[in-house]
Amino acid sequence: MKRSVFPNRWLPYLLVGPQVIITLVFFFWPAFESLRLSLYRASPFGDRLIYVGLTNFERLFRDDAYLRSVITSFVFSFVVTFAGLALALLLASMANARIRGLAVYRSLLLWPYGIAPAIAGIIWLFVFHPSYGILPWLLSFVTAYQFNWFLKGWVAMALIIVAAIWKQFGYNLAFYLAGLQAIESSVLEAASVDGAGPIRRFFAITFPLLSPVTFFLFTLNMTFSFFDTFGLVHAVTQGGPGDATSILVYRAWRDGFEGLQLGYSAAQSVVLMALVIMLTAFQFRFAEKKVTY
Amino acid sequence: MARTLAQPATLAAAQERPRRRDWHGFTAHVILIASVALLAFPLYYAFVISTQTLSQVTTTPPKPWPSTALLANYAEAWHRAQMGRMLVNSAIVALGVAIGKIVISLLSAFAIVYFDFRGKNVVFWMIFVTLMLPVPVRIVSTYQVVSVLGWVNTYWGLTVPLMASATGTFLFRQFFRTIPDSLAEAAQLDGAGPMRFLWTILIPLSKANMAALFVILFVYGWNDYLWPLMITNTPEMRTAVIGIETLVPRTSQLPEWNVAMAVAMMVLAPPVAVIVAMQRWFVKGLIETEK
Repeated sequence: MKRSVFPNRWLPYLLVGPQVIITLVFFFWPAFESLRLSLYRASPFGDRLIYVGLTNFERLFRDDAYLRSVITSFVFSFVVTFAGLALALLLASMANARIRGLAVYRSLLLWPYGIAPAIAGIIWLFVFHPSYGILPWLLSFVTAYQFNWFLKGWVAMALIIVAAIWKQFGYNLAFYLAGLQAIESSVLEAASVDGAGPIRRFFAITFPLLSPVTFFLFTLNMTFSFFDTFGLVHAVTQGGPGDATSILVYRAWRDGFEGLQLGYSAAQSVVLMALVIMLTAFQFRFAEKKVTY
Repeated sequence: MARTLAQPATLAAAQERPRRRDWHGFTAHVILIASVALLAFPLYYAFVISTQTLSQVTTTPPKPWPSTALLANYAEAWHRAQMGRMLVNSAIVALGVAIGKIVISLLSAFAIVYFDFRGKNVVFWMIFVTLMLPVPVRIVSTYQVVSVLGWVNTYWGLTVPLMASATGTFLFRQFFRTIPDSLAEAAQLDGAGPMRFLWTILIPLSKANMAALFVILFVYGWNDYLWPLMITNTPEMRTAVIGIETLVPRTSQLPEWNVAMAVAMMVLAPPVAVIVAMQRWFVKGLIETEK
């Protein structure tokens, strides 16, 4: 710890003041309000709150639609994260060579980070558009199957997954490439001399040495696909068709704002909070123990 | 963690080494060019659509090259969506969040590192916990707080709540701790007070960190969707990213995808431009704020 060098009674409080006030008002107050609201239900006229204990939570875990959202969310996040990372790692490994122009490639890979998920979704919505999109048109030469995401839940899911992976793919690839370039080639050459083939070298040496990059990208992609994809769902599929793309954040918003079921939505927020806390705890544990540097 | 990622310096050094297998290099170029092209195609396609007329958009086969309706479509998009107003709103939110959060977190990190005060641990802990709960997790209740304050449909409501996060504070704290103590001691010997030390020494030293944070926060502020959707309900206060949703042709409407894509192009241009222009700091910011 640094030696504290400036003796001053009131200045430090003035300096931390803005952040502390904002944190209290916009973080602690709403968090406790969510906890409190989750134990209440709005009265029929919406003018007062009725205490209902844990009823909201009981209802939540019996609600098939909610449980479907849990599955949808996890499927979506895991596919976006694992497929996205696997693809990036595969391409990065194949492209890992000492070549000129890596900085140029990096510039050409990083820009999609700046595109809002909602915009990425709208662009892909048109690519997938059943009547005018280029993708169904191309697929129509191969199969007579109608890839209409307005009607078929899994096509809608594929649409938002592709849009999310597209947005993340560039920097996943850029980071893996940088990670691979940092590995000393002598280590791999030694293994090669010992008779290890390329696949063996990859799993025994490259992949473990890349674990900090993988871990960093894993956390980033999971957080992104769980929380930052609200706009993607809202602007593109609006949770549909039916319920097929109602991820948890979208459902919590819809039940609270459109359904005006404040208590029920707050209970969903509390579950989400628990989920984030678990994810963070996992991140700390894992970061300390399993990752080789 | 994540500190072991290759820095630009190691990348450059790696490139100096003699190239042995040119075949390898060739494959690498092919794969990277293919990836870049694949990544760019949807954007290119969206741009192409934004230059076509309605009849070109709706005929099959799709035509993947630009046409002549660019100006007409962008003008139409601009008028129909109050684009000017929405882009100004987005700029205010993005700049407000970025600058506000940089200032706030710089000050609090300064207090935490360079002062000893009662309650410091509590403050530190309080700020630290905010790392755990992103805005979407507190959807309804944060809205209630904002409406109690009367901040619905205001720029205050759009920006200030997004500043309640610890990433910036942690970034500056980490950085300040790497600055030698002797600097602050020398400043004191010269009779400089804390604010003068902050202004003349710490802030100039923090420029790279501020730039890194700026890129990340600008993009975050510009692209945030859920918050402006909740906190605004008049067209005058909408930001560009949520404005676009109302312009997506739904099944019962005229399929004016060319206009929708023109809007998309205008909305995505500023954050993408910031990333491209400030790329070096963007990479730094990405690494340092996300862990």
